[in-house]
Parts: sequence; C-alpha cells; structure tokens
Amino acid sequence: MAQLTPAQRDAYWRKTSRLMWIIMAWWVFFSFVVHFFAVQLNSISIAGFPLGFYMAAQGSLISYVVLCFWNASAQNKIDEEFGVAEDK
Amino acid sequence: MATQSTTSKSFVDNLGKIYGGYAGGFIGFVIILAIMEQMGVPNKVIGYCFVFLTIGVYAYIGVLSRTMELSEYYVAGRVVPPFFNGMATGADWMSAASFISMAGGLYLGGYGALGYVLGWTGGYVLVGVLLAPYLRKFGQFTVPDFLGVRYEGNTARICGVIVLFCASFTYIVAQTFGIGIITSRFLDIPFEVAIFVGLLGILVCSMLGGMRAVTWTQVAQYIILIIAYLTPVVWLSFKLYGNPIPELSYGQALNEIADLEKKLGILKPHVGAYADAKGQFSWVEFNNFWALTLTLMIGTASLPHILMRYFTTPNVKDARTSVGWSIFFIFLLYFTAPAYAAFAKREVYTNVIGQQISQLPAWVQNWSQVGGLLTIKDGNNDGILQLSEFIINQDIIVLSMPEIAGLPYVISGLVAAGGLAAALSTADGLLLAIANALSHDVYYKMINPQASTMKRLLVARVLLVGVAIVGAAVAGTRPAGIIQMVAWAFSLAAAGLFAPLVLGIWWKRTTAAGAIAGMIVGFGVCAFYLVGTRYFDMPLWFGIRNISSALFGLPLAFLVTWAVSLMTQAPSKEMQDFVDSIRVPKGELAWVKGVTHE
Repeated sequence: MAQLTPAQRDAYWRKTSRLMWIIMAWWVFFSFVVHFFAVQLNSISIAGFPLGFYMAAQGSLISYVVLCFWNASAQNKIDEEFGVAEDK
Repeated sequence: MATQSTTSKSFVDNLGKIYGGYAGGFIGFVIILAIMEQMGVPNKVIGYCFVFLTIGVYAYIGVLSRTMELSEYYVAGRVVPPFFNGMATGADWMSAASFISMAGGLYLGGYGALGYVLGWTGGYVLVGVLLAPYLRKFGQFTVPDFLGVRYEGNTARICGVIVLFCASFTYIVAQTFGIGIITSRFLDIPFEVAIFVGLLGILVCSMLGGMRAVTWTQVAQYIILIIAYLTPVVWLSFKLYGNPIPELSYGQALNEIADLEKKLGILKPHVGAYADAKGQFSWVEFNNFWALTLTLMIGTASLPHILMRYFTTPNVKDARTSVGWSIFFIFLLYFTAPAYAAFAKREVYTNVIGQQISQLPAWVQNWSQVGGLLTIKDGNNDGILQLSEFIINQDIIVLSMPEIAGLPYVISGLVAAGGLAAALSTADGLLLAIANALSHDVYYKMINPQASTMKRLLVARVLLVGVAIVGAAVAGTRPAGIIQMVAWAFSLAAAGLFAPLVLGIWWKRTTAAGAIAGMIVGFGVCAFYLVGTRYFDMPLWFGIRNISSALFGLPLAFLVTWAVSLMTQAPSKEMQDFVDSIRVPKGELAWVKGVTHE
C-alpha cells in the first residue's frame, strides 16, 4: 500500500516536521549557541583542552555525525509506522 | 523512466572486497616505494611514481566505467550503496583547500579559523534533514531539474543554471589552480604546463563514464586522501606523546603552546576566541565567526555537486543514511586538522623561534629554499630568529609535516598524492555538475527536447571538455586566493539556491513567481556585495567580510520568496499533490500534467 488518506498524510508530515524542528534546534545549539560562550567555556579544561576550543574543533563535529544518523533512523521509524518505507 | 542499470550486480555486491583489496594494494605500493627509497632511488622518481601511478589508477577506473546510457552517465545507475556514496561524497567535498590549506589556516588563525571547520561540516545536517531524501524521491538528473518542475517552467530552471554555473565555476577555477600547484611542485614542471597535465587527469576520470566513473574514482580517491592525511600526524603524535591518536593528544600540545606564547610575548592566544590582535574581545571577530559558519553551512546544502551525489543512491532511505556516512568520512579529516596546526605551532615555537639561524631544523632549511613559501629574514642581524622574522605560508603546514615528524621522503610523496586526489575528485564533481546542467537543462530541456540519447551524451561530453578547458585557462591567469574563491562559491550558491530548494519542499504555498524573485534578489544582493567590496572599495556592512556575503542575500531571498508567494495565486492542486508525493518515500510521483520527465 502506498496511498495514504489525506488525514494520514497530514499526520505523517506533522511527525516528520516535528523531527525536523528537533534536529534543527540541536543544529542551532551546536553550531551557534555553544560557540557564543566560547570565551567563558575556555576557562574550563577537559582532557587538556580548553572547552570552548574543544567544542568548535571536535565537540560540535561529533554532534553533527550523531544528528545525521539519528535523523536517518528516526525518520525510518516514522516511515515504517505509516507503512511508507520503501520495499528493498 | 527506470532505465535498467547495467552496473553488474556482482560488482556492487563485492564493493567491500574490491576497495579493501585496492586499499591494501596501495599500502603495499607505499611500502615498496619506501624500500626503493632506502635502496637509493632518487626522490624525484618517487614523486613521479606517486603522481602517475595514482592518476593511472583513476584513469583505469574511468575507462572501465565508460557508458552509453543516460541514467548511468547522469546518476551512476542509482545503485551506489550509502556507505560508498558517503566516501565518494567525502572526496567530492574535500578539496585542495581542505586538504592542504585548512590546517595552515588554523595554524595562522587559531580559534578564528575554526569557523571553517564548523562551517564545512555542519551543513550536512541541513542536507540530510531538509533536502537529500526529497531530492532523491524526485529522482531526476540535476538540481535545476527540480526547480524547473516545482516552479513550472524554464524561467526557474535557467535561474538555477545561472546560479549553479557562477558558484561551481568559481569553485572549479580554484581547484584547477590547486592541481596546478601540486603537479608543478612534484613533477618539477612550469605551472602553466602543470595545469594542463592536471586537466587530463580530471578528464580521464569523468569524460567516458560521467557520474558512474566519477563515483567509483571518488571512492578510490577518498581512500588515498584519508591515508595520506592521517599517516604523518598519527606518527608525530606517537613520537611526541606516545599516543597514536592525535585528536586526543594535541590538548597537551595546546597547553605547551599557551606556555610558549607567554614566554614569547604573543598577545593573541592560539585557543583564544574572538580576540583581536591585542588579545582583547572583539565584536567584529565574534560576528564574522558566526556569519562565516552560517554561510559555509548553508552553502554546503546548496552546492549542486554535493546535492547530486544523493541522486545516485538506490532509494530515499539510503539517501538519508548516506548523508550520515558522508559527514562521518569528512569528520575524520576535519577533526584531525586542528591537531596538525597545534603540532606545527609547538614545533615552530620550540625548535625554530629563538634559535640560531645557522642551526635551524632541517625541514625549515629545506622549505626556505622553495620559492616564497617560508621566509627567514634576520632583520636585526643578531643571528637569532625572532617571531617577526619568520614568515610561513599556510600551505606548508600539511606538506612539511612528514619532515617535521622525521619521516622518509616517501611519506611526502604520499601527502602529495593525497592532495592531488582531493583536488581532482572535487574538480571532477564540479565539472560534471556544470556540464550536466548545460547539457541536460539547457540543451535537452530548452533547446532540443527531441535529441536522441546518443546526441545528448555526445553534447554532454563536448560540454564537459569545453568547460574544463575554459576553467583551466582562467586558472592559468592565477586569479588571487584559493580559499577566497572557494568561500565566494559557497556564498553565491547559498544566496541563490537554498531558499527555493528548501521552501519548494517544505512550504507548499511557494509559487513560481515567489521563488524566481527570491533567487534573483538573493543572488543579486550577494553578488553585489561580493563584487562591490572586492573590486570597488565599497565599505563593509556591519564589518562582515565578503567571504560571508551570503549573510545579506540569504535572508532577503527567503523574505522576497515569502512575500511574493503570498501576493501571487497559490500553486495549483496538482502541484500541491506533486509536493505531497515528494514528501513520502514510497509510491509514484504525482506529476503535474504537461511536465516532461525522464
């Protein structure tokens, strides 16, 4: 089955959009918000790195990898829930 | 549309074995060269071996992948598994600027240059969430294809082609320039000749097989570039701190740098955020940092040569996973680059500055003999090197790391091969994006819709060669600044393409008039700011440097698209149904009547 009723379709898109906004919020947080406080964070040291520097050089990058895979798996779950995942 | 793929199933099933064997073979090749070096084979021969053997391998893959089918030529038959598409995207993405110049930028700029590291990675979150799966579902050949269908007509299509051309061409000139530099340095031939040798290297990969050939060579190129990037820095990390993971150990180097900075009286610390030359907090630096990060991220999600990589996966789900693998493979290089910078700075502050000029380490003496890259000038004639007497070009940091680490010349050759792989792979992706837009969107869709497959593929190849030659000719005039040209490409793409692509999928109310107006205003304002500040001494707006010029065009593009869309009649019911069908992975697309598609 591939045809969704309009109501199902709206529900599917609501869930998809919600996931989008959640991931975007984390993206804004790790891309901008954290680094606004880099000067203050630099006074904290973690494993020899000043934290503000560490976040821009590694921390945020790790978060991007996690966000991309998280998005893929969460969206797959939504697809399966609505029966719109592709057949292999 | 579904043209049966001719890429044999056994090839796709055995990719792991094939590329595993290839990586092993490459490491074996490096070891053989290392042995030859010990036996006294001259460095120049080793340099030649690296350049010609790697280009030979790419050419071999390129010839094997030749094709006469449209879907193979344009989208690699849509059979590329997500893991390998991730590698190919990594190579497509990481250019000479990332491989050679970025670590040097971090050396010179410290925290301030981390804007590049963030900006060139975070955009993949936008690609994966907002665009890639939906463009894959759309399932055509090019990015302007999407604009032409969604915004019903050739006006939107041609606007898309113009933005694509301006952004990608700026970018490809920078890449060809980089290829010229590497080839001329390691083959010891003049720059102008080297550019055309590099050009051949680009064309053998892409001409016969289009996207199919580029995909499989890019996977091969990624493997070489990542081995080449990691080897010297891992070695040095082990030598200095007994820890083979540089990303963990360079924190210690940062602390040593901080102590040395105090001793040398440097006011702006390496790790200090948003500091001006005196080490004081500066709002201008602060604003430029987030502006650059934002521009590069949005640009990532708008550059057609990246977006079209996700047209090649078997399905929508794989397109999403593939974005994850892409950012992972890119991450491996990007989170290592700051370690390069820290190790080089530690070395310079410890063993170079404040030493007798006659007793500098061997790597400094070697590089100061190569024209203009490293300058030592004893200004006060005291025989001791002061910080201000030592000028280093940012491209040296990666290239000299093998010597700093005390590694044999073979590793220097390896690094050159890696840089070449990075530059060639990006140039190929860009070249294909431009030539495909011209042959598919302009020639086939607008000039001659009756053209036969044969004729379309012929036109595609002629344009490919034409664009490559023009690109090389422009690069031969040595237009200034690789990094700057690359950043411009990002700004232009971001301001022109991001709004119509994202709104076209996520806001059904977007109308053709709105999108076209948005593209023109966004791209126009961005180009105006770029050209005005670069060539006509226009004052900067709010102190924002022109590498972030999308900052003004981008919000305007959204604003204008939104306002004009609301002022014009809502898209037809058919168009809204079409958008709905793009949003759902399964099921046929609900094509709008009268729209031609493959």
